[in-house]
Amino acid sequence: MSGKDVYRTPLSRVRNLGSAHSGTMHFWRQRLTSVALIPLSIAFVFIAIAMLGRNHAAALQILGSPLIAITMLLFIGTTVYHMWLGMQVVIEDYVHDELPKILLLMGNTFFCITVALACVYAILQISFGV
Amino acid sequence: MVELTLPKNSKVTQGKVWPRHKGAKREREFRIYRWNPDDGKNPRVDIYYVDLDESGPMLLDALIWIKSYIDPTLTFRRSCREGVCGSCAMNIDGVNTLACTRTMDEVKSEAVRIYPLPHMPVVKDLIPDLTNFYAQYASIEPWLKTKTPVPQKEWKQSHQDREKLDGLYECILCACCSTSCPSYWWNSDRYLGPAALLQAQRWIVDSRDEGTGERLDNLEDPFRLYRCHTIMNCTKACPKGLNPAKAIAEIKKKMVERQV
Repeated sequence: MSGKDVYRTPLSRVRNLGSAHSGTMHFWRQRLTSVALIPLSIAFVFIAIAMLGRNHAAALQILGSPLIAITMLLFIGTTVYHMWLGMQVVIEDYVHDELPKILLLMGNTFFCITVALACVYAILQISFGV
Repeated sequence: MVELTLPKNSKVTQGKVWPRHKGAKREREFRIYRWNPDDGKNPRVDIYYVDLDESGPMLLDALIWIKSYIDPTLTFRRSCREGVCGSCAMNIDGVNTLACTRTMDEVKSEAVRIYPLPHMPVVKDLIPDLTNFYAQYASIEPWLKTKTPVPQKEWKQSHQDREKLDGLYECILCACCSTSCPSYWWNSDRYLGPAALLQAQRWIVDSRDEGTGERLDNLEDPFRLYRCHTIMNCTKACPKGLNPAKAIAEIKKKMVERQV
């Protein structure tokens, strides 16, 4: 409790800035991406197994086929979105000082978007054979 | 950041070994957390020996026996001694529970270790400061809210609707659940905790209440409600056998129901 808070009533401290009226979509999307990741992760494992032991050209051919490429894009998009949501919760749970919290939340967003775009770029490049 | 170690002035030191009761044949060792706000010292763990032939069988009996015959300065809350008031909630053998409804035999380890409820400010010895906990309970507005003019007689409720309150109305607000929840440890300033949320659900499902939407509005918050990560310590700890984790899940279901 900081010095200026000494005279605030306990209820005033609990009510604080009021409810944010949000959080449900975050919760829902975390579940939604979890469910989506069940088949997508299995598909990803199969794709990875299919590429085992193949040479570079054969691997490119598998990844470049439309069905596989779309599955991979879905897998990447869902994974990164799920990771972004999950990491946000972890940061909010454990980091309480405002500045580090904001910086980490920003970093989380930048990192996830960068990872997602890099993966998507790679898959599209393979798929379109550019 | 989250606190993984105790602050310097909270580090627990070795305390005093109190003299045994004269002529005791069967004894049980008790290691009890002591802290006095007036002496400026760190908390300590004192050792007592309880005469099992003199004391009653419950852990609260043992504490009262220690206070009566060994050390009158030992400080703890107690009132009903039958699991109705929730005053004697404490951490016994690593588990939050009521000292009055648990027997000494149920503690398997040789010495009985008793500490105040975890991660709460301590007032003295085994007494935690529950000011914030009670304010959180007040914040969910635990009373019937209606717009319809009050009927001549009572607000009516079907048997089926009344049954929906079972498993919720029995909560005695002992704080065993909230203080067992890691999410509550790290974020008790913003997360309402399992006890307050179970109480909120008690009013959300009450068929007579007309403030359900407002109640949900009030809870819909990344911290107030959604800090619950279904760890389930609350349900494991509840000495009344209630299921706060399920109550919270029901609230989340309602939140999704009105949006999706």
